[in-house]
Amino acid sequence: MEQLLDGFATALTPTHLLLAAIGVLLGTAIGVLPGIGPAMAVALLLPVTYGMEPTGAFIMFAGIYYGGMFGGSTTSILLNTPGESAAVVAAFEGNPMARKGRGAQALAAAAIGHFTGGIIGTLLIVLLAPFVAKHAVDIGAPDLFAIMVLAFIAVTSVLGSSRIRGVASLLIGLTLGLVGLDEMTGQQRLTFGSLHLADGIDIVVVAVALFAVGEALWVAAHLRRKPFEPIPVGRPWLSRADLKRTWKPWLRGPAIGFPFGAIPAGGAEIPTFLSYVTEKRLSKHKDEFGKGAIEGVAGPESTASASAAGTLVTMLTLGLPTTATAAVMLAAFQQYGIQPGPLLFQRESGLVWALIASLFIGLTLLLVLNLPLAPLWAKLLRIPRPYLYAGILFFASVGAYAVNADIFDLLLMFVIGLLGFGMRRYGLPVLPAIIGVILGPAAEQQMRRSLQLSDGSLTGLVNSPMAVIVYIVVLVIVFFPLIRKFLPKPTPPAAPTPEREKVDA
Amino acid sequence: MSVKVWVAVATALLAVLLVPPLLTPGADSGETSQVRSLRVLVPNQPGGGYDITARTAAKAMEDADLLRNAEVFNLPGAGGTVGLGRTVGERGNGKLIMSMGLGVVGAVYTNKSPNSLLDTTPIARLIEEPDIVVVSKDSPYTSLQQLVDAWKANPGTVTVGGGSAPGGPDHLAPMLMAKGVGLAPKSVNYIPFDGGGELLASVLGGKVAFGVSGIGEYRDQIQAGTLRVLAVTSAKRISGIDAPTLKEAGVDVEFTNWRGIVAPPGITQTDRDKLVDVFARLQKTPQWTEALQRNGWTDAFAPGDQFKTFLENENKRVATVLKDLGLA
Repeated sequence: MEQLLDGFATALTPTHLLLAAIGVLLGTAIGVLPGIGPAMAVALLLPVTYGMEPTGAFIMFAGIYYGGMFGGSTTSILLNTPGESAAVVAAFEGNPMARKGRGAQALAAAAIGHFTGGIIGTLLIVLLAPFVAKHAVDIGAPDLFAIMVLAFIAVTSVLGSSRIRGVASLLIGLTLGLVGLDEMTGQQRLTFGSLHLADGIDIVVVAVALFAVGEALWVAAHLRRKPFEPIPVGRPWLSRADLKRTWKPWLRGPAIGFPFGAIPAGGAEIPTFLSYVTEKRLSKHKDEFGKGAIEGVAGPESTASASAAGTLVTMLTLGLPTTATAAVMLAAFQQYGIQPGPLLFQRESGLVWALIASLFIGLTLLLVLNLPLAPLWAKLLRIPRPYLYAGILFFASVGAYAVNADIFDLLLMFVIGLLGFGMRRYGLPVLPAIIGVILGPAAEQQMRRSLQLSDGSLTGLVNSPMAVIVYIVVLVIVFFPLIRKFLPKPTPPAAPTPEREKVDA
Repeated sequence: MSVKVWVAVATALLAVLLVPPLLTPGADSGETSQVRSLRVLVPNQPGGGYDITARTAAKAMEDADLLRNAEVFNLPGAGGTVGLGRTVGERGNGKLIMSMGLGVVGAVYTNKSPNSLLDTTPIARLIEEPDIVVVSKDSPYTSLQQLVDAWKANPGTVTVGGGSAPGGPDHLAPMLMAKGVGLAPKSVNYIPFDGGGELLASVLGGKVAFGVSGIGEYRDQIQAGTLRVLAVTSAKRISGIDAPTLKEAGVDVEFTNWRGIVAPPGITQTDRDKLVDVFARLQKTPQWTEALQRNGWTDAFAPGDQFKTFLENENKRVATVLKDLGLA
């Protein structure tokens, strides 16, 4: 505790405060700009910081990391154009909210979600670092695969009103996920001999294409038939009813995000999706999901920031990067001759605690920066629709190009965008496709890795306690409707969920 | 409102574009042998190995006044072969170089790239990093001999993890080791991880029997005693690591992961000599020496023709291994 106070003393010096402010500003800007993620930003700034002392540099990097999380959800919500993979889920409910004139509330819910998730996550760093360091490495491929199975079960709740169309969409996503070199054996799959497809299709490109480009084409195709009305902008602040609906998701987020961030290969995509599904299950307003339910923004965003905190734990205590940004930050540590790992807290305790203290400060700065900006950003939607969608297409193109600075990605985006248009035309929901692209490759990798580790024996999938527990949960969920039949009269049966989701959710 | 957006965008752009040039000294000594400007293609993501090498070298050159202006840019994709394709396509361009390494040699085969590194003009090999054979402290193996015996008896269950995809350095090292001890590479149960960091978790957690990777992420864990190094793959021992070389431990294999610089094909002899010369001089600067130390790299300078011969031999060696595995 005393060390943490010392850390605050270091982090609150004017220079460090300024660096934290620069970091969060840059991070937010980079998050808002599509395609450039925090990983690339830190990597590009790395040479600039050679001359700085390490504490200042890391305070700035941490600001960029968290700032990117805040900024990433902004374009996701307003323009349906996720700037980075952690923000894809924010578009699910955030964009429908924005289109209903509740953009400011969605942004505020996201900002406070990031703040809560980040603060709780950072507190967990302080409290749990040694525990995480000890147990994160116990989680292996079989456990991760079990979680993927759980996530696939959860996909059913985003399939939409027509199961068959939902499954078709999921299969489209899984197919897109197959493209590229098979990671285990190096064989080519669906690359059609093109080197550009060898690395697979970036999730940001798919999300931007299906969401933004498909949507823009769809709107353009209907523009003449629909009255020409700008999107309304409602009152800027969260109402009491909104707060009542969001405080629980904000607090639940870290419970999902932090552990995922801390385990190897966890990342932010799968936990944000799981949080979304959880909130949908627990919400009293299930019918609003797909049409702009505020819980569906609050939960995943809190999860995203908490997972960023979890990532920092593993990076600092084990020297183990679980996301691209952490990998780049690790490289930055090595530039300074500092090797994160079990000895870091003893050797560089000053730096570590100053870094942790600066996380608290950076999050506060970000909240102060982003809350007043929310209503301003939301006014962006007042732009008449033709110009707005032209702008969206522009940003989408910049984003797709910036991911790899490759024209091929741009073409790919428009091809997948046409696919998105076609899916809307024939009533296929696009959400399952996105989930397929996220989950498919991850699940395949973990399953094959488990089987390889056990030399092909199927027991390799269930040889760890955690995997077994997760499978039991899966079985309970799958058979719950059956079990319920045999239970003595349940408490007043909940009204059946009205399945009225809009297909273009 | 859009004004604010543009202000934000413009500020971010200004910060990114202006800060680096403001912080680097604008050296202007008119030395004649100075190379004026150079574009450095990095065939992987910012922050990756070739990227750090390229940016470090470019900065050291600028600081040492060997180079007026170096523009480093990334063209990632397909293990570096997308960048290779671009380099080969820029025939005759004496102002472009590409940062590359052993990984690209293998990627040419696994990606079935139409271009080969043998099409380029080799400029210099710069650095090398040995791999280590590493197990967790709870592993039953305390010497390489024990590990090799168990491996030969049961190649399927003695799993080996590496931080690179098939064809990459961490994949080639155990395959060469297998050949060295008389195991067929096909029988090796190699599990690829997304970089040395993700592999580290599996080695620490005892998920794989042993790991083969660059030493980068592992130093601290080794010092903390949570990891045990059974051997290093280079010809010489590494200072600070208490482990024999593969040869000392009875496996006749020598392997390092190296990085270097190539230029497009068909450049003039003058351009080539100039480039080779500038890297030869880089190697002697204090800035480069310091950068090597900071990054834990070993100097492995080999100029032009020497590098060319080396590249041809590496290409043959990699091709043989990958052919055994049906990848080439």
